[in-house]
Amino acid sequence: MNRRLANKENAIRLVLLLFALSSLLFLFIIFIFILSEGVPLFAKVGVKNITMGTRWAPTKGFFGIFPMIVSSFMVTLGALVLGAPLALGCSTYLSEYAGKKTKMVLKPSLELLAGIPSVVYGFLGVVYIVPLIREYLGGSGFSILATSLVLGIMILPTITSISFDALMSVPAAFREGSLAMGATKWQTVYKVVLPAARSGILASFILGMGRAIGETMAVIMVAGNALKIPTSLLDPLRTLTSNIALELAYATGDHRRALFSTGVVLLVIIMSLNLVANFWVKRRVDK
Amino acid sequence: MRINPRLIDKLMRGGLTFQALFTVAILVAIVLIIFVKGFPYVTTEFIFSYPEDMGRLGGIFPFLVSTLFLGVLSIAFATPLGIGTAIYLTEYTKESSLTRCIRFGVESLAGIPSIIYGLFGFIFFVIKLRMGWSLLSGTLTIAIMVLPTIIRTSEEAIKAVPNNLRTVSFSLGATKWETVTRVIIPSAAPGILTGIMLSIGRAVSETAAVIFTMGSSLRLPASIMDSGRTMAVHFYILAREGISLEKAYATALVLIFSILVINILAYYIMHRMIARFS
Repeated sequence: MNRRLANKENAIRLVLLLFALSSLLFLFIIFIFILSEGVPLFAKVGVKNITMGTRWAPTKGFFGIFPMIVSSFMVTLGALVLGAPLALGCSTYLSEYAGKKTKMVLKPSLELLAGIPSVVYGFLGVVYIVPLIREYLGGSGFSILATSLVLGIMILPTITSISFDALMSVPAAFREGSLAMGATKWQTVYKVVLPAARSGILASFILGMGRAIGETMAVIMVAGNALKIPTSLLDPLRTLTSNIALELAYATGDHRRALFSTGVVLLVIIMSLNLVANFWVKRRVDK
Repeated sequence: MRINPRLIDKLMRGGLTFQALFTVAILVAIVLIIFVKGFPYVTTEFIFSYPEDMGRLGGIFPFLVSTLFLGVLSIAFATPLGIGTAIYLTEYTKESSLTRCIRFGVESLAGIPSIIYGLFGFIFFVIKLRMGWSLLSGTLTIAIMVLPTIIRTSEEAIKAVPNNLRTVSFSLGATKWETVTRVIIPSAAPGILTGIMLSIGRAVSETAAVIFTMGSSLRLPASIMDSGRTMAVHFYILAREGISLEKAYATALVLIFSILVINILAYYIMHRMIARFS
């Protein structure tokens, strides 16, 4: 290879490396800007007064987001309790019971449905779920229950498709061995396939949680956005994400900084969830 | 008493079948409700006319244009970066702590919720870089948000290109770059295109990251520095402020229809690629 060509190849390698580093750069500036806006308030008011404070009146100097942290976790847990068993049942059926044709139709249609915008879920929640709860269970209808239902439905495609992949990666020999020993199909699924895919299934739950805890607009529509710690399933609530979105458009000064502090807390929660999910997925690959 | 395992087996099969059908039924019902309720209000006039009275009357033409711009421009920014990253990771380097670091960055970007992108775009593009609420701020924010999707799908598509194609190209005296541009990218094109389509779908359906970077002006954006409202944002505002249920359903229909078409196209392309290599 002559010199000019070699130089060109090296230049290309360098440019591509710069492209590849751009993702790290973006991650870095996102963190820098969220932290630089959000952290000063932690220093000024105190971490405890923000994360453990129960009063949110940012224009009067109260920046407590404890109720929102609690609410975020409650609806995420609610979504998981309502959505995960259904999604796991669906993926188990798809991978273990469904024929090839059914699989070919159901898997892509589930993935297509994962593309439904989250605002649509929120809208249908307001139109159908909220009035139903108001009528039959009481309260305003804007509640933990309504939010959990909307989020639970929203995470169905995510959990189904990731846990399906986990189940499909269990080697066929496991199933054949179990069936050859006289186990029924269900015994094989319950005692062999599901345990073997355990870590991937857990990872799918955690990614579902990540989606639920990060959801904003759909939650704003059905949660009622009250500032108290909810004490019953029918109480309205405000999550970390909705707190940011509800007030960002008009907030200034310390109020705006407080919204970035809310973002910092959210970011910490999400990053921890992702680390745990990655750890589980990696263990599955290593095994 | 011991329950017959065969009976349990039958029961569980029934139970799981029901769960699968129920899951799909819920999701299909969502699409159907929107289509049935929205269909009467979606007319050519609705699509091609301007909104009046905050969207209570009239159509969604400017929002359709803003959505199109956002989708196309954010992809125009993200695609070269995404494909470049994928090529570097697969063709130009071996697994090392650097590639692990880059992959960690991509994974983390993918896990960040859209409202954080909204916060970041707001403080960085809108305020610090003084771009204001504009198509440009929105486009750049969304470009960063969809970058991980493009990188991942491109990487998988490039990895799926059979190795003998590379060997043949090198043995004919082609350089690495020639091999990449003339052999690998054309072979991986369908997979890369799938990632691009899915990213457009995400850009079109996004609300939280868009509303704080692009704003929600009702007018048709005249330049890239103008604020604009996408269909998803318009739908959110119609529904949240209770402006018009009819227009909300109609906007949702156009929105879902566009996304389904984009995604179906993506799967069609992916399917053709799989058929080609196996």
